[in-house]
Amino acid sequence: MLALVSPALLVILALIVLPVGWLAWQSIYHDGFTLENYRRVFTEDIYWRSFALTFEISLAVTAIALLLGYPVAYLANSLPKGWSILILSLVVLPFWTSVLVRAYAWLALLQRTGVINQFLRYLDVISEPLALVHNTFGTVVATVHILLPFMVLPLYAAMQKIPGDLMQAGASLGASPSLTFCRVFLPLSLPGVLAGSTMVFVLCLGFYITPELLGGGRTVMVSMLVSRNVELYNQFGAASAVAVVLLLSVLAIFFVVSRFVALDRVLGQK
Amino acid sequence: MTRFSPARIFLYAISALVLVYLILPVLIIVPISFSSARFLTFPPPSFSLRWYQQYFTNPVWMQATQVTLTVAALTVLIATPCGVAAAYAISQSKLRIMRLIHMALLLPLVVPVIITAVGIFFVYAKVGLVATMPGLVLANVMLGLPYVVISVLAGLQSFDPAQEMVARSLGMNRLRSFFAVTLPQIKASVVAGGIFAFISAMDETIVALFISGGRYQPLTKRMFTALRDEIDPTIASISTLMTAASFLLVLLATTRQKRKAG
Repeated sequence: MLALVSPALLVILALIVLPVGWLAWQSIYHDGFTLENYRRVFTEDIYWRSFALTFEISLAVTAIALLLGYPVAYLANSLPKGWSILILSLVVLPFWTSVLVRAYAWLALLQRTGVINQFLRYLDVISEPLALVHNTFGTVVATVHILLPFMVLPLYAAMQKIPGDLMQAGASLGASPSLTFCRVFLPLSLPGVLAGSTMVFVLCLGFYITPELLGGGRTVMVSMLVSRNVELYNQFGAASAVAVVLLLSVLAIFFVVSRFVALDRVLGQK
Repeated sequence: MTRFSPARIFLYAISALVLVYLILPVLIIVPISFSSARFLTFPPPSFSLRWYQQYFTNPVWMQATQVTLTVAALTVLIATPCGVAAAYAISQSKLRIMRLIHMALLLPLVVPVIITAVGIFFVYAKVGLVATMPGLVLANVMLGLPYVVISVLAGLQSFDPAQEMVARSLGMNRLRSFFAVTLPQIKASVVAGGIFAFISAMDETIVALFISGGRYQPLTKRMFTALRDEIDPTIASISTLMTAASFLLVLLATTRQKRKAG
């Protein structure tokens, strides 16, 4: 049996375990053991600001995705099967579109001469084009778009498990629909909220393409810090230290949350 | 709950808006790709195929497409058997270490791709695999493996291993009984896993940005560089084609899985 897993395991060991181990080693070793890279990451302003910005953006994206995703999952859950399949297909459809294609689409929609600005000018709502992209706003809009399915699917899965009888019981005991929702449905859907929010938050922490293309160079997320240190400044030690801190944050979040909900189910969905 | 309470109407309205937000950007590239205008104007002044022509006659785009398709095909050919073997072993073995191995095989989904990309770049630089075809294929095999493993494990869950025991008791060896009894029954999930690995390789961008170069640059890397500089409508036509290809493949993968279930 071990012989059967060995080809796959070998690929994983050689192409993800070894490279990440190499990064970790490089972050602490440069002509001898050093913590200089970590000192820089934790004390220098650019690094701090980038980490803070990345966490802020990830929090904002998670909150927006939850606000947008919850009603959709709720509706899909409450409708007959045919309709819920239709809604979920629409949610999953963009999921299978290349991230790059969607970045292009958002650039086409949001840029100064983009569809939205042209439309608003045509309607005479604005006289000057709005700066919708090449900033944090554009990054957030496109990132939510990409991550929303990761919120809706776990939410829907959790809601499916809530027995309908419980809502009826609540209603029969005289609670109004909104009270039943708040006291019965909402708490029971919390595992889905937690699973979806974790997925979105963690994926957002490591986002690269979207902020690189839609952030306009000003929204420097942690992943961009890593790539710039490698590509532009040849600061391999610093890049490695940033990567290690990012990875540890991600693993720590997964570890903590996995004690409350089964995340491996959610992971299976891309 | 009455069918059309204000809360219900609000629910419908907000859900509809969210769905429009999800779908519209994917659809907007289609009319742009058929536009005749040099710059982005909407609605397009008139329709033309010039951006498709631009794409199909440009040697750089064509070479990149060829690289992408070759990488994706080789990825499937390598990742599928490796992933099937691993999933089979994980589902059959009772060894404790298999749980750990299972988790290790899902690592590519957990580690942020930017970290994987930079790490592979450093390792490849040491062994001379940067800007080579084997390097690109190997990285995509690693990234595609989890999809095969997950899909095949799901398929194996609904398969009764006793059947294979019967085949073996009738004199088949383990290998033959797998190919004669097990594989035909999990074929749908194997094919689905392979298709997902193909799509993953076709869409992969971040690792390619770091480790590909020269002649061996996939479409996504060229698109990324082009998007950083200027928004060329050629990319709309490439995007439209890529999206159509992914949708067809996903449809293929899911209908096969369903047929099996029914």
